[in-house]
Amino acid sequence: MTREFTDAGNYFEHMEPISSEVMRNTLSEASRLNSLSFTENDVRIALGKDRLGAEDFASLLSPAAGNFLEEMAQRAREETRRYFGNSVGIFTPLYTSNYCDNGCLYCGFSADNDIRRAKLSPENIEKEMSNIAGSGLAEILILTGESRKMSDVEFLGDCVRIAAKHFRNIGLEVYPLSIGEYTYLRDCGADYVTVFQETYDPSKYEAVHPFGPKSIFSYRFDSQERALIGGMRGVAFGALLGLGDFRKDALACGIHAYLLQRKYPHAEISFSLPRLRPFINGNYSAETVSEKDLLQVALAYRIFMPFSGQTISSRESPKFRDNIVGLSATKISAGVSVGIGGHAEEKKGDDQFDISDPRSVHEIRRALTEKGLQPVFNDYVRV
Amino acid sequence: MKDELRIGGKKFNSRFILGSGKFSLDMIEAVMKNGGVEIATLAVRRANAGGEENILDHIPEGLTLLPNTSGARNADEAVRIALLARELGCGDMIKIEIIKDSRYLLPDNCETIKATRILADEGFTVMPYMMPDLSAARSMADAGASAIMPLGAPIGSNKGLLTKDFIKILVDELDLPVIVDAGIGRPSQACEAMEIGCAAVMANTAIATAGDIPMMAKAFELAIKAGRMAFLSKPGRVLSDGGEASSPLTKFLEET
Repeated sequence: MTREFTDAGNYFEHMEPISSEVMRNTLSEASRLNSLSFTENDVRIALGKDRLGAEDFASLLSPAAGNFLEEMAQRAREETRRYFGNSVGIFTPLYTSNYCDNGCLYCGFSADNDIRRAKLSPENIEKEMSNIAGSGLAEILILTGESRKMSDVEFLGDCVRIAAKHFRNIGLEVYPLSIGEYTYLRDCGADYVTVFQETYDPSKYEAVHPFGPKSIFSYRFDSQERALIGGMRGVAFGALLGLGDFRKDALACGIHAYLLQRKYPHAEISFSLPRLRPFINGNYSAETVSEKDLLQVALAYRIFMPFSGQTISSRESPKFRDNIVGLSATKISAGVSVGIGGHAEEKKGDDQFDISDPRSVHEIRRALTEKGLQPVFNDYVRV
Repeated sequence: MKDELRIGGKKFNSRFILGSGKFSLDMIEAVMKNGGVEIATLAVRRANAGGEENILDHIPEGLTLLPNTSGARNADEAVRIALLARELGCGDMIKIEIIKDSRYLLPDNCETIKATRILADEGFTVMPYMMPDLSAARSMADAGASAIMPLGAPIGSNKGLLTKDFIKILVDELDLPVIVDAGIGRPSQACEAMEIGCAAVMANTAIATAGDIPMMAKAFELAIKAGRMAFLSKPGRVLSDGGEASSPLTKFLEET
């Protein structure tokens, strides 16, 4: 990483630059902190603090902290309980289109990948959402492949407006948008935006995103900031662990969220914990991230930013998910289909990746209750 | 005379206000009962009317609800949430909670004063959660607040009465009930708040994170009662620096 990294000169026509120091500061802070330089004593010092700085966070992500996983879990659980009690939110993602203009080497939706493509019609969306709402869910995350042409902003607006009839809380995980487009979708009824930077190493990023709008690192990086300026209430961050050096990526991801929250103190911050999964016609070979590594990252996020939300994906096994909720994760997906549709009718398009936890809303709810946790279907009021 | 807590024309025997959103819904009844609680706070955002795990379905009869405006970032949002609470049948008491810092969850006194005025005019019994600042508290009182709810320490920190001296100033200077809200982590701290003259104590995390939640609710009830009794019995002065000399400084008056 270089301090001077910029690719703003390569912006596509629709891309809107903003004046922000967050990317520069994130990259320089993350490159300054070398996870290999931390000792066990650094980890002890970090765990002894009430409030951790970036350096403490880096120490919790270091190999040295691998020997402190139990202490970290204890601290993380304490923080989670303090901020969230025993509540765990339940939601489901709905993929409404899998057309994509990008060539991400690790993703099943990649434009190069020969899969069944589809986009739901308003009638399909209505049916899918009505069926999902019938399971009791009050929160939905709308996802699409990244194609401004095939799933344009008007289509996203339609998705959100239909969702607003059925759900209390609507999130979006779609391609990066402009400030005005985020405002439009907020006015349609969405309040939360998730964008994964995937990797925070610009050269690795360039290598795995060979073409398409997603190849522009900085435009993606500024998405959360544009969303907040556009009036979104909360933003979620994620590094796709395993794509590059997971410790460095998790470090930069945490610092990104930290700096943005400092700049926009009202913003609700959340982390996702995606780990690379095999997909149709492929399995991007990358760094191995074990469950132990993933847990270390999750605990470090929690201890560093104890007030942040944390979502655990159905990419992970039921056993791992059941154990991480309550420790650090505060939200869990249920009844997941990662193909296009699949909640009311046959799936119309192929999946983005393989999931490991196919449990229904009812089963997830029961698993939470059995662990003494309180399933929460709604924790949001739109004002 | 009966020692009742009076808030906006309503009378309560218990001075223990308990949060309801940080433990399992099926425990609410037992916890409230064990703590002798008469007022329970409730985040309107957690309501899921007609849906699954709706917190409103778990509030036992006879309990007075104190809905809060959690999630509001300014006065307008707080007002809208309060009106929604009324629509949901939560009554006319409202705890204003306006927070625009997701990291520390500290309240915004300026916006809270504005919301207090609007909601008092709307006929609500308004109880603003606030940073213990005398000037702001006076403005909230002027705006129509029925009680003032200063924080003892940051929400969920369990650090106790970090703001004790400032809360004492509010107790001494305001005619409204002062209810410590946020930060109380131990029954002993709740007791201390009552000893200095607070009218009630609001707790949540301290109970929700206890190993035995109903038992901790009981411990708080007893501590709050003990503190109240101590306050009413007018505690003697505690000497801060060992003993006091037997008036050597005024001996000169007797000298001829």
